[in-house]
Amino acid sequence: MSILESSALDAQQAADGQAATRPVEGHSQWQLTWRRLRSDRVSMIALGVIIIMVILAIIAPAFAAITGHGVNTAYPIQGENDAGNPVGPGVNGFWLGTDSTGRDLFVRILYGARISLFVGVVTTLIATVVGVAVGLMAGYFGGIIDTILGRFTDAVLAFPYVILALALAVVFRPSLTIILAVIAFFSWAAIARIVRGQTLAIKEKEYIEAARSLGAGPFRIMFVDILPNLLAPVLVVGTLLIPNAVVFEATLSYLGLGIQPPTPSWGNMLADASNFYQVAWWYLAFPALFLLITTLAFNLLGDGIRDAMDPRTERLIAARRMRQRRARDRKRAADAGQGPAIPDTVNG
Amino acid sequence: MASATRESKPDDDVLVRVENVVKHFPVKAGGFVRHTVGQVHAVDDVSLVIERGKTLGLVGETGSGKSTLARCVAGLLPVTSGRVIFNGTNITRLSRAAMRPYRREVQMIFQDPYSSLNPRRRVGAIIGDPFAIHKTATGAERKRQVQELMERVGLNPEHFNRFPAEFSGGQRQRIGVARALALRPKLIICDEPVSALDVSIQAQVLNLLSDLQHEYGLSYLFIAHDLEVVRHVSDKVAVMYLGRIGEAGPAEELYDKPRHPYTVALLSAAPAADPDTAAARQRVILVGDVPSPIDPPAGCRFHPRCPKAQEICGKVEPPLVRDDSVPPPAGDGEPGPDAGQPAADVPGGWAHVTACHFPVVPGESLAAVGAKGELA
Amino acid sequence: MAIFGYIVRRILTGIVVIWLVSTAAFFLFFARPVATVARELAGHAATPQVINEVINNLGLNQPIMTQYWHFLDGLVHGNLGYSYFTQEPVDTMLKQDLPPTVSLVIGGMILWLIVGFTAGIISATRARSLFDRTTNVLVLIGLSMPVFVIGELLIWLVFQPLYSHGFTWINTGYSGISSGVGSFFGHMLLPWITLAAVQAAIYTRLSRGQLLEVLGEDYIRTARAKGLPERRVLFRHAVRAALTPVVSQLGVDVGQLLGGVVVVEVVFGLGGIGQVSVQAVYQDNLPVIIGFVIIAAVFVVVANIIVDLVYAALDPRVRIT
Repeated sequence: MSILESSALDAQQAADGQAATRPVEGHSQWQLTWRRLRSDRVSMIALGVIIIMVILAIIAPAFAAITGHGVNTAYPIQGENDAGNPVGPGVNGFWLGTDSTGRDLFVRILYGARISLFVGVVTTLIATVVGVAVGLMAGYFGGIIDTILGRFTDAVLAFPYVILALALAVVFRPSLTIILAVIAFFSWAAIARIVRGQTLAIKEKEYIEAARSLGAGPFRIMFVDILPNLLAPVLVVGTLLIPNAVVFEATLSYLGLGIQPPTPSWGNMLADASNFYQVAWWYLAFPALFLLITTLAFNLLGDGIRDAMDPRTERLIAARRMRQRRARDRKRAADAGQGPAIPDTVNG
Repeated sequence: MASATRESKPDDDVLVRVENVVKHFPVKAGGFVRHTVGQVHAVDDVSLVIERGKTLGLVGETGSGKSTLARCVAGLLPVTSGRVIFNGTNITRLSRAAMRPYRREVQMIFQDPYSSLNPRRRVGAIIGDPFAIHKTATGAERKRQVQELMERVGLNPEHFNRFPAEFSGGQRQRIGVARALALRPKLIICDEPVSALDVSIQAQVLNLLSDLQHEYGLSYLFIAHDLEVVRHVSDKVAVMYLGRIGEAGPAEELYDKPRHPYTVALLSAAPAADPDTAAARQRVILVGDVPSPIDPPAGCRFHPRCPKAQEICGKVEPPLVRDDSVPPPAGDGEPGPDAGQPAADVPGGWAHVTACHFPVVPGESLAAVGAKGELA
Repeated sequence: MAIFGYIVRRILTGIVVIWLVSTAAFFLFFARPVATVARELAGHAATPQVINEVINNLGLNQPIMTQYWHFLDGLVHGNLGYSYFTQEPVDTMLKQDLPPTVSLVIGGMILWLIVGFTAGIISATRARSLFDRTTNVLVLIGLSMPVFVIGELLIWLVFQPLYSHGFTWINTGYSGISSGVGSFFGHMLLPWITLAAVQAAIYTRLSRGQLLEVLGEDYIRTARAKGLPERRVLFRHAVRAALTPVVSQLGVDVGQLLGGVVVVEVVFGLGGIGQVSVQAVYQDNLPVIIGFVIIAAVFVVVANIIVDLVYAALDPRVRIT
């Protein structure tokens, strides 16, 4: 194309509207979201905490090696005082003290983190895949499929998990697989419901009709056209499902329906700790603290992502930057002891 | 309403034949068991033809059924009864799989440039969709064709990685055109493609469509509610009212000598650029609102609002008949082999047809006719 | 009298649900090899003789459908079998254990509804204020805490210090109203707070969000423009509209609530049906668990019906359907 033609095109575009001459790559929704998220300090801290927690969980065996204490090894001599009670933090090389049978609390907490994070992430992944599939199909196909899937989703959402957990615990012995199945089973419904609602709304849009007029089949439409518009809410709900799953697992283990001792889980450790809080507060405090920090971090991050996805947040960010800039300018002026600096160029 | 309904041979001048298409939507009421309490008569026994390389303009108010009819022709809505014949093939009740090859031949351009493109997908992917769906080009070849298309419709091909939000309304419509053009269809159905655009942009998009028609021999079914736009682009025009065609014929013929009172009223309401013409025109103001398509009036559907209505209008539905005072164009055969059948009475053909018991004759002023309604 | 038909329909649906749940429970437990079931019912240490006795007494050798029929028959008559641990009829056991659970649920519900709505309303009307911000932080913490952690922390930080200083009013365990109202409250206070804490957080956030949305609506602006006092605007119009989604959320929440009830009972040793059922799991005490499952199903169904009625009372649109 000649220079004349291309400038004519540009002129045409300028006449057409406000197409700015930006770099060729457009900013996708994700890039914009990430930028907003980056400016949110709380979310970044939460993300950092999560990353640290994950790293700690992964290298847990390293800490077992460093301290020289195995995860399930009891140390009746160093790990217990004369009364047979656990020793406190820092005593005898136990960084956070010991538990009721003299095992290293810190090492056990880290191994418990493995379980919690694993359960949290894996169940959420399963729940997301299943939930998206169910929600998409229910929303897109409508009719009898929607009625069946929809009712089933509602039933699962409202179902008291504790009943099923109890029942399954009797029929099958509790194990990691059972827990994963139970938690995933109760988590997918939340995503399915949201996905279904969004799909119903998106289905009516003209670009879906356009896709149908092109000859696209239902599955192509669902996964190529509808799904990208769903990812935002799914991501938010997914991130918030993880702490739910972590708490769920901890509760089940606490009740004895989850991870069985001696395998450490924050839940079953806290169950045991409840009998010893009078003589060993650290046994209760530290697992609880780790549990709290983990769930809090995920919740904060999830909230942060939700805000970052919302274009209205741009105004808040811009307002915040404006305030920061003004504060900085005022401070600079105050430091210099004079009015706002006048650049030399103005004076020639 | 009679009309020739012979199957056309593929080498005919006619690309699309719509025969007695009816589309009703059931109205359901709630309660314990949902049951049907009525029907929305969106399209009631419409026939028309679209000739190859020509544009048929379809005009009507909201509720006239024109968009519904378009979607029936496009195969997006199943017809309640009637036939749609494309290039000699009956495509009325085909399954989705059987329809697939047909989809390459017929494309659609939509009204709202802001919702007809998926906001989460890049423009190159959107335009490339037809290639992907019909597996006609992949990878670098697809990209090349997409960029070619973009250039052809007046977009910068380097922008193919951008998102629709970064384009103006007119540009988005061009994207839609590019997408429709991708597989070199024979027919493009334009559902009010410029209604949502600024007037100056409208002209550009219409010119683009016209250029493409000449270049690729496209046929258009052009739907609009704006008469001036339709006049500019169409070879033949059909006017719809409440699910039926009231009048149809060659564009200039219809605009110069409208015969159906509804057409006259529509034309009189369209703003005229020339103040003298505007002053000379008699405004015909129609009384009342468009009745609901759930319960259309008996007889001629327009009769409650028609300044010329008489008793018969409320009882007998007027058939679409040719205006015999207009001779057929030379060389265009009179009704052919099956002589005696007024083959050209179908809207979209060369004849000027009207469905009215008392069509307006040239020189008659509706505003002067008393009877119903207010005088202009 | 459309509302009457509505209630009848809901009750019928509820009965169907209860029947489905009971059937599911029955088949889950009993549709297994006879020997396994018998061993579970008799206890792990049972001798083959005892197991045979169990099989004969309970008719485990009969075709499964006959057993099912007996089961349903017993159910309708309120007979849920016998606890193989204590030989008591299960329904007697459960009736004994009901009062702590009921007290916990009702007290907790009142507490969280009041706290939740109040905090939510105040937060919404004073958005971005110090109160709102503090509440948001507390809500976030509350949402992140498992119920049992809250309970344990309360025991450790509140009960323990008070108790060791001779202040014995606040206590763990259950003390019925008949043994003195004061002692009843003393025992129930911490459990109520525990149960209510997480729920209150959820409802604060929910009602705040809903109220903020409603307050932004045009008809509220109209009411204010008409000159209505702010309090009137708030309580007559805004709160009512904001309330309905929250109420419907209640229905869905019942399932979560049950879990919370069980946990709180275990933490504080209240001995309600929740705790008893958990113990029954350790003891492989099948009949008790089946009894609990069915009672829980009844509770969920009844709660949902009540919620639906409240919703219909609040939202006139619902009654018409």
